[in-house]
Amino acid sequence: MSAPIQLQPGETFILNVGPQHPATHGVLRVKMEMDGEYIVKAETVLGYVHRMHEKMGENRTYAQYLPNLSRLDYLGALGYTHGHVLLIERAAGIEVPERAEYIRAITVELNRLASHLFWFGCYVMDLGGFSPLMYALEDREYILDMLEAVTGARLTYCYYRFGGLYNDVDDDFIEAANRFIPRMRKSLKKYAALVTGNIIFQKRLEGIGHISAEMCRKYGATGAVARGSGIDFDVRKNEPYSVYPEFDFDIPVYHECDSMARFKVRMDEMEQSLRIIEQGLAKLPGGPIMAEKKPKNIKLPVGDFYQAVETARGSFGIRIVSDGDKNAYRLKLRSPTYSNMHLFDEACEGMMIMDALAFMGSLDLVIPEIDR
Amino acid sequence: MGGYFSDIFNGSKSLLIGMGITFREFFKPIVTVQYPYQTIKMSARFRGHIELIADEEGKPKCVSCGMCERACPSGCITLGSVSVEIEVDGKMKKKKVLSKYDLDFTKCSLCGQCVENCNFGAIEFSKEYNLASSNKEDFHFNLLKRLEERNV
Repeated sequence: MSAPIQLQPGETFILNVGPQHPATHGVLRVKMEMDGEYIVKAETVLGYVHRMHEKMGENRTYAQYLPNLSRLDYLGALGYTHGHVLLIERAAGIEVPERAEYIRAITVELNRLASHLFWFGCYVMDLGGFSPLMYALEDREYILDMLEAVTGARLTYCYYRFGGLYNDVDDDFIEAANRFIPRMRKSLKKYAALVTGNIIFQKRLEGIGHISAEMCRKYGATGAVARGSGIDFDVRKNEPYSVYPEFDFDIPVYHECDSMARFKVRMDEMEQSLRIIEQGLAKLPGGPIMAEKKPKNIKLPVGDFYQAVETARGSFGIRIVSDGDKNAYRLKLRSPTYSNMHLFDEACEGMMIMDALAFMGSLDLVIPEIDR
Repeated sequence: MGGYFSDIFNGSKSLLIGMGITFREFFKPIVTVQYPYQTIKMSARFRGHIELIADEEGKPKCVSCGMCERACPSGCITLGSVSVEIEVDGKMKKKKVLSKYDLDFTKCSLCGQCVENCNFGAIEFSKEYNLASSNKEDFHFNLLKRLEERNV
């Protein structure tokens, strides 16, 4: 029998978290150099689900690339497709009917809610609470049912088209959405009492995982991560697109810079999304959902185009360099979680391991979107 | 010191509130569907794999123009056609007839571009979703054969 291994004082060991670990929510691998329970250095290793989405965009026509975008972030897929169609429409000069843009805004916000609900449930489960996940998934199910009835799919929607939409929404959808809003408001109150007010939850998040505003700027973090560090930036307000300027909504910003601040930002965002959906349904104009003048085979003029949108995870940018052909010369996807995740290496130095995993959850990582 | 005791008091209160919520939820009706004993009807727009649509005579509506094949991002549709001479109003005319329509469902991403690009309304989405199999060949659909089987 061999003697147990004794670590010398000051000696560290390597702990490998992932790539198949439930707390990393995907195939992310973190190599942690540990001193006892404390992290000395962490290194995130990527590339386990790299599918060459950017290269695919260069080999396919713009319309054929549409299904790819919902496979980046499977939880908030509509936001990503929205960015792509907005860019192509702007570059090719396609006028989009107002009704189509309103439906896009409503469905994107519904999808953002679904994404935040799933994050909320999983995050609480990361910290050891199981029931909130079930309640959140029940609410999310209503959204998925609504979106399934309209788009025909539950996760990978592929609903928007250049110049409009694939299908029009029907009265059932509007009725279901109107019924859902008060239900969701009630649920948010329930979550606030059950989770946000919970003393164990608070003690595990408050003051943990400090990310300064300076650090957010350094790594290019956006979304709830930046807004939890006091940076008042949301693409919907700062670089308005679609019909967002016509909605009255607030951008929640917290200055505590800790995991609790990021949690609260997302919880408040759900309420704001509900406000946008409510206004969108009330204002929803009639008319066509597809542009009348639309070229059959879309070719972009020669040039360099960029469009940023606010997805559930932050600012998503898509850049297309066109040489006038029917597919892109170069297509670059700027994914929000890629920047948000790289904070982790620096921010978790000196943290205890269970705090680090609680901190990782507050970044809301979706790995297929990082690897693309 | 006062903070310590108020923490204990407020903390215990927050736990009791949480327990009250889970207790009330416990008596709510079950929302999950007991699959496979219960199933739900797929929504009208549900996008499954594609199926050919037959005309009144039971022949496929497809004229084998190949629009779906070209529109498909993943290249999972393979069409084949043969020229046959048929009699129309007493004259012999050449007509392309569909002889093969294969769908490689392993590659399909269910985007629906084939259905959208079809100018003849010849393909539709299936509502079939129980498609699990451990054999790859089970996902290579011969849609012409499936259409004939449906007609019988």
